[in-house]
Order: sequence, then C-alpha cells, then structure tokens
Amino acid sequence: MILGMDFTFLNKYWFYYANGLKLTLQLAFWTLILASIIGIAMGMVRAQNYKFISLIIDGFINFIRGIPIMVQVFIVYYGIASQLPQFWAAVASLSVNSSVYIAEHTRAGMQAVNKGQMEAARCIGMSKLEANWYIIIPQAIKNILPSLCNEFILLIKNTSIVSVIALHELTYTSNSVRANTFLAYEPLIVTAVIYFVITYTIKKLVGILERRLHAHD
Amino acid sequence: MTKEKDVIIQVKGLKKSFGSLEVLKGLDVEIDRGEVVVVIGPSGSGKSTFLRCLNLLESPTAGDILFHGKSILGKGLNLDEYREKFGMVFQLFNLFENLSVLDNVTIGPRKVKKIPKEEAEKQAMGLLKRVGLDNKADAYPSQLSGGQKQRVAIARTLAMEPEVILFDEATSALDPEMVGEVLQIMRQLAEDGMTMVVVTHEMGFAREVGDRLIFMDGGYIVEEGDPKNVIANPQHQRTKNFLSKML
Ligand SMILES: Nc1ncnc2c1ncn2[C@@H]1O[C@H](COP(=O)(O)OP(=O)(O)OP(=O)(O)O)[C@@H](O)[C@H]1O
Ligand SMILES: [Mg+2]
Repeated sequence: MILGMDFTFLNKYWFYYANGLKLTLQLAFWTLILASIIGIAMGMVRAQNYKFISLIIDGFINFIRGIPIMVQVFIVYYGIASQLPQFWAAVASLSVNSSVYIAEHTRAGMQAVNKGQMEAARCIGMSKLEANWYIIIPQAIKNILPSLCNEFILLIKNTSIVSVIALHELTYTSNSVRANTFLAYEPLIVTAVIYFVITYTIKKLVGILERRLHAHD
Repeated sequence: MTKEKDVIIQVKGLKKSFGSLEVLKGLDVEIDRGEVVVVIGPSGSGKSTFLRCLNLLESPTAGDILFHGKSILGKGLNLDEYREKFGMVFQLFNLFENLSVLDNVTIGPRKVKKIPKEEAEKQAMGLLKRVGLDNKADAYPSQLSGGQKQRVAIARTLAMEPEVILFDEATSALDPEMVGEVLQIMRQLAEDGMTMVVVTHEMGFAREVGDRLIFMDGGYIVEEGDPKNVIANPQHQRTKNFLSKML
C-alpha cells in the first residue's frame, strides 16, 4: 500500500500491461520507421528550395500541424485508410503526423550545413545530387539525429491517442484494468510509470549518443 | 617574336544583377593559357561575383562567356563537366568537414572522374606532399590551422586537374604568419604554368606574380594592364585612391 493505494491487482493483471506495452512498442517502432522515411525524404527535398515543391511541402506540413492528432487518427481510421487493419491505420496516421515534424528537423539540419560546402562540391564538378549525398547529408545527420531521437519520445507518447480507435495498447489497457478492478487511479499510475520509464530511458540514451557525436568535433 | 596567344576564356559584356542591384555592369576580359590575372578593387566592387560567374556558381544576367571559343551559357552544356575544368579556392577554405584530408583530395577524382581509389590516393599523396601536408593525410579539417586548410584546399583543386584556378581572397582569412606559405604555393603554381585568376589584397604578389592586373570598381573594370605599370603609375583617379590605401 502506497498513500492508501492498492497495487495488488497487478498480481492478476500484469499481463494486460505486458500486452499493452508490447503493442505500444510495436506501434512506436513501425511509426518511427515509416515517419522517418517520409519525413527525411520530405525534409531533404524541401531543403533544396525548389519553389513549387517547397510550396506544396510547406502547405502539407502546416496543414497536418494545424489539425489535432486525435482528429487525424479518426480521419485516417474511418476514411482514408478504412480498408487497412486497425494496427496499420494507426501506424499510418501516427506516421503522417510525426513525419511533418521530422521533415522540419531534416530541412533545418540540411540548411544548417555551411553553404560553402555545397559550393566547394559543385566546384569540383559534383552534381547537386552527388554533393548532397557525399557532403551535405553526412554533415546534416549529425544535426538531425538528436531531434530525431526527441521526436521518437514524442511519438511513443502519441501512441496513446490510438486508444480512441480501440487498439489495445498501453493506455487502452489501463482503462480495461480500471473497468475490471473498479480501481480509479492505481491502474493509471502504473501506466504512467511505464511510459515514464520508457521515455526517460530513451532520453538518457540520446544524451549519451549526443556526447559521442560531439566527441568527434 | 611573340608567342601565339591561346585564349582560354573570353568574357563579353558580362552583367550580373541580384534583384534590382546591378553588381557587374558589363565586363570584357580575355584570359590566355598560363596567364595569371590579378583582380583588385574595393569591397563590393563585384570581384567575387565576377569569379563566381566564370565557373557559373552565379548565372550571368547578360553578356557571354566563351570557353575555348564556345559559349558556356547556351543550352545543352553539361554544367558539371564545365565546372570540373575550373578549380576554385575560397577565402574560408570550405574543406569538406565530414572527410579526412586525404578524402577531401580524392573525393573529386573518385566520384566525379571515376578514378579507382588506389590510384586517386596515390595522386593525392603526391599533391599533399607538394603542399607540404602528406603527414596530415588522416587528419580532419577541424584539426588543421588556417594555412594548412588552404593548402589542402589547393591540393583538392589540383586533384581535378583543372585548366584554370580561381582564387577568391585565398589569404584574407589567414593569420599573417600563414599568408606566406599559401602565397608560396600559388607562386609555384604560376611558375608551373597554371592559368589563374586571383582576387587578392596582396599587392606584392600582384606585382611579382601577376601577368596582368585588373582594377574593378562599382561593377566596371576601371583599369587594366601590366601590374608593375598600373601599381607604379595608375591612370585613373579611382585606381590612385584605391592603391594609396593599399600600399
Ligand atoms: N547572392 C547575392 N545576393 C544579393 N546580393 C549579392 C549577392 N552576392 C553579392 N551580392 C552583392 O553584390 C555586390 C558585390 O559583391 P561581391 O562579393 O562580388 O564584391 P567583392 O568585390 O567580392 O567584395 P569583397 O572585397 O568584400 O569580397 C555587393 O554589394 C554584394 O552585397
Ligand atoms: Mg569578395
């Protein structure tokens, strides 16, 4: 008993959490992959400053950012991706949402590379594509990686949203446990602790990674 | 008897505007093979823009540039192949920060000229030796002094075997004690017969190494001629004013 709360229900319900956590991590994993591919590609193209394409990408980014993520999930689930299994509909909507933020980080990371690097590459006869591939992107990765990791943390927290389409991830699970045990708070506290442990661990890992990257400078 | 001239570059009525700002207002220049053309002029006179138009980092607004008698502004020209023929050495070096010194020098030959790695590295080591930095092959740019960076940048340029090298204030960002080592290499290149267009504030270099001096002001070529003559005996008031501040 902590502060008058009773956690003995865990003896019987821990596997609810285990299953919920498993689904949450699967959602986060696939979303990370998909969102990174879409977001990085979008950001790289955006960084080239082609007028028309930039306009479209910026429009898309602003559009997605302007809509609450729960509304996005509903629209994808009931509309655009209604043919997809529930899990993949959730991954799709979470990916689109994250990808626009990743795109922004990528664009900023590419554009933060000194302009002289591109000019020097052009001057030895590289095409824009070659210059990006051999010179700009390797330097941009260093700029992008930390914010990409932070995006991953946000994304794990965002997965809780898809409980609204009855996907049995961690947040949905804790509600089931509440219903079964008639306990109001305790199941939520457990959920909160699990989320915190995951995100805090990743945050720490990111810190180590960043120090490694800067050790090279 | 005069040697027959071999004109590499002809610039005709070259103009360049950025928006409504006209920076180059009609330049006419011919550059011969093996010639060292030194360009001087006050800040903002368009020296860098002129160099950057030569290798098409900027596209001219009007006029024409002929390379071996052919316009480089027409359609159908492969820009990347053209740029390969022009080396450029920048004020701030612009070494590739993600690559070692050796890779900085080999990446052009390997990826652009498709020369095998081993051969490119052998050539690069030779060039690094020539600029006195073969012992730094594995270092990264961030570990080099300004003078060393610029020497690597010159080696990187030479690795592409360009026909012309453009120097845009290659020594302006260097500490005074490092200026000499870079000028020495440029002097050597000139003696070896490299065609060079050199924007500089180093009047000693201009006088001793330059075959021709161009004084630019306000987007025009105000005066040009033999460096020794122009420096000793400038014809235009603007040249006089500028030189009196330089010397
Ligand atoms: N990309 C650009 N966009 C707008 N204006 C530019 C651009 N590049 C140069 N200019 C302007 O063109 C003019 C000439 O610049 P340029 O760099 O050619 O002069 P410069 O003679 O090389 O001067 P400095 O000795 O200071 O290097 C300046 O007024 C500059 O502000
Ligand atoms: Mg300049």
